[in-house]
Amino acid sequence: MPRTTPFQSRLEPLNHTGVWKHWSGYLVAPQYQYSANAEYYSIRNSVSVLDTSPLFKYRFTGTDAGSLLERVLARDIGGCGVGRAQYTCWCDERGFVLQDGVVMQVAPGEYWLTAAEPTLRYFRNIAREMTGADVVIEDVSADFGILALQGPHAHRVISQLTDAATPLKYFGVAQTRLEGCEVTVSRTGYTGDLGYELWIRAEDAGTIWDALMAAGKGHNITPIGTTALKMARVEAGLLLMGADFHMSRFAWVDAQRETPNELGWGWMFRKLAEDGRTFIGRSAIEAELEQGTSRWKTVGLAVDWDDYERVFTDAGILPPRHEVYSESTMSIYRRGGKEWDYAGYASSFLTSSLLRKPIALAKLPLDLAETGSEVDLEVAVIRQPKNVLARVARMPFFNPPRKTALMNGSAA
Amino acid sequence: MPTPETYDAIVIGGGHNGLVNAGYLAKAGLNTLVLERRHLVGGAAITEEVVPGFKFTTFSYALSLLRPQIVQDLELVKHGLMVLPMLNTFQPGLDGEYLFLGPDADANYHEIARHSIEDAEASRELDHLISRLARALKPWMDRIPPNSLSSDPTEVAAMAELREYMAELDPEVRELMEKFTSCSAAEILDEYFETDLVKGLYASSGIIGSKVGPRDKESALVWLFHKMGDFDGVPGQWGFHKGGNGGFTQVLARALEDFGGTIRTEAAVERVLYEDGRAVGVSLQDGTVINADLVVSALDPRQTFTRLVDPDDMPPDLVRHITDYKFQGSAAKVNFALSGIPQFPGLEGREDIYMGFTNIGPSIAYLEEAFADCKAGRFSRRPFLDCCVQSTIDPDMTPPGKHIMSAFVMYAPYHLSESDWETERENLGDTVQSTIEEFFPGFSDLVLHREIITPLDIERLVGLSEGNIFAGELFESQLFLNRPAPGWNQYRTPIEGYYQCGSGTHPGGCVTGGPGWLAAQQILGDRAD
Repeated sequence: MPRTTPFQSRLEPLNHTGVWKHWSGYLVAPQYQYSANAEYYSIRNSVSVLDTSPLFKYRFTGTDAGSLLERVLARDIGGCGVGRAQYTCWCDERGFVLQDGVVMQVAPGEYWLTAAEPTLRYFRNIAREMTGADVVIEDVSADFGILALQGPHAHRVISQLTDAATPLKYFGVAQTRLEGCEVTVSRTGYTGDLGYELWIRAEDAGTIWDALMAAGKGHNITPIGTTALKMARVEAGLLLMGADFHMSRFAWVDAQRETPNELGWGWMFRKLAEDGRTFIGRSAIEAELEQGTSRWKTVGLAVDWDDYERVFTDAGILPPRHEVYSESTMSIYRRGGKEWDYAGYASSFLTSSLLRKPIALAKLPLDLAETGSEVDLEVAVIRQPKNVLARVARMPFFNPPRKTALMNGSAA
Repeated sequence: MPTPETYDAIVIGGGHNGLVNAGYLAKAGLNTLVLERRHLVGGAAITEEVVPGFKFTTFSYALSLLRPQIVQDLELVKHGLMVLPMLNTFQPGLDGEYLFLGPDADANYHEIARHSIEDAEASRELDHLISRLARALKPWMDRIPPNSLSSDPTEVAAMAELREYMAELDPEVRELMEKFTSCSAAEILDEYFETDLVKGLYASSGIIGSKVGPRDKESALVWLFHKMGDFDGVPGQWGFHKGGNGGFTQVLARALEDFGGTIRTEAAVERVLYEDGRAVGVSLQDGTVINADLVVSALDPRQTFTRLVDPDDMPPDLVRHITDYKFQGSAAKVNFALSGIPQFPGLEGREDIYMGFTNIGPSIAYLEEAFADCKAGRFSRRPFLDCCVQSTIDPDMTPPGKHIMSAFVMYAPYHLSESDWETERENLGDTVQSTIEEFFPGFSDLVLHREIITPLDIERLVGLSEGNIFAGELFESQLFLNRPAPGWNQYRTPIEGYYQCGSGTHPGGCVTGGPGWLAAQQILGDRAD
């Protein structure tokens, strides 16, 4: 039997589709209403609320907690002061990505980390290698529920319940009380929009849920499922483990592994030359960056609208443009010269309703990865493979100023 | 006298087609000026804050037929285009029953099957057939129509291509096309459905904005016309632009200005100036003269051919066609500011039923009765209403917890036989309100404010003759080859350098942008020659 999150009693009656799926062993709704698109638009137009409680949650305490994280995380934890959060990743010794996650320093020397897959033993093993280190790592996954409140009206909703978000910098973290309950609020999310994530003690889940729904009522607050979230994250250019990359830990061969630089996270190492950090995978990453040995570059692809229309129109059918979201691999070919000249692949695909074009996250060889480069993307048209023109685009595809705006007033 | 300003192109009228047309001209590098009579652009696609905090879509109120190519060409996404899904259609019945249709085909099947299991299946079949027909007609919607009177070999060939294309349609599609041009909406619906509620819902698309009843032959094409669009590629679906259609026209205005175009408001054009059959500019009502050898009218055909120019300078057969061209506006609008969400007995507290269209027209007989009043020269005592509580879709339309309802009203004839619209304004508002009250008891208690838009208001405020929302009826005699007149359906006029791009040209009314786009194609093509 799947487990349920602390919000299940509230979510159960809201799921009008009756469809549930499993996420890390928990019951979650792919969508609550018949239209995933409507849920998606609540992220861009009003305010959405998503239960992300199935994420694995770890607490790091002790005087050496920071040192441990500095040793493991590929991004410099030194940049994550008290009241700050960081998107980060950790690698194996060969510089391949194990996982990504968000780490927060919620109090001096106390860090919380979310991860998509279990990693307690991994961190504890490294702590054990650090002889005499004072660090305690706990799995607090079941102690907390997490809600993501995302959308242009998110601040207007949360500011009715607490002052802690006014202002709260992008990737800032604040401890506050909501309805008398202790809640940790971070200015983070997986949508590329204005939003907050709330760590809520499991026993307070119902209270906080009810308060958010009441505060959000006049703002068309909409519970959303994982499908809408995934649609938004493609526009935000955010990678999904299991779709766009895989854990090195459980790969069979290197062809299934990626380095941070291959995933577009080279920006995490901008100060590598001067920071003198020693973290797992450093020498391999350094060598890769110096020698330019990355095999791929992760890029955004914007599919040419006319060409996409054409291949379907020529076949006598309507181009599929409604709620097309896919995590299945689509092949990419070099244009011109040879036919079907394999170049790379797209790992996430979305016909973006907002952007009015299909977009994709893709891996391309370095010579094709420049912005504006043209490639062919293979789509199925009445079960037949057809190529459509796509161009390497800057990511994120959608990046509204409100995402990072300070929000010190009341307007979104 | 100061030297008049000179532009490469002047577009008269800042309605959505004028803005689209100007956008294309500016993108092509022409120094383009849009002249708008009112204090804001948008024409009949505007949003106004009539009561503080409440934004009304004064006139037009939804999007579907907007040509997708325009979104791409004018880079509208960059300027804030955001069309939100209008998910649901709620149709209350006379007996407390209702139809509640949404985005899920299976759920819709079971919902219609509550009323008739055969209708549920028929609805799928007819919807698919109409979508196929709409798809087949789309290429002709998105191109400059042929000139049926021309002996020019290109035009003769285009007419032959059209005949051949229609002859080669799939047999079922062609058969349906024949029905849509020879039968009334009611006749087609009688063949597919047995339930009043279902027929009433479909038939309502056939009377929108048109002085026809569901049993009039013209109703079928009006119905088909409203199914020619899509939302997100889903045929026949509608959307609501963030901030209303005024939000949409502001996007167009930003795109135009980004391409280097200029908008001047409160600049009413008096006349198009021409010498020796060539356009040379315009004069404004305040006497200002602005020069341009390209002048485009985005106004309706009556204004384009009989007010902006001297009709005596036009060919007599064109003037006769324009004189005979039917406007006969028959629609009105009542916009409500509401203190809360309306309640439907048995579905109290449900907001989702309003997330889309609320269609008050429970049977063909109901629509017929409403039309009987119109034919008698009075507004319908029990009107057909197409209502949208847009605040359920876009929370920025109202203060939190409050709502707006846009109610589109059929029928309200421009010419009242025994009264006038100044006398009848509040009576119309009362009638609409009490009709909503009949289906949604307690509605009147929610009304904080109402704005009543009569056909006369539409004419006076927007400039659409006789208040016709489509700039002329969507009848076969006034569409495609004949819009606005045979031989003058290719955006040109008898004056060289003077063009037309309003909804009175192909493909016609609604917020399609098609006329503005195709006129720009014609203009830029002519200049390249």
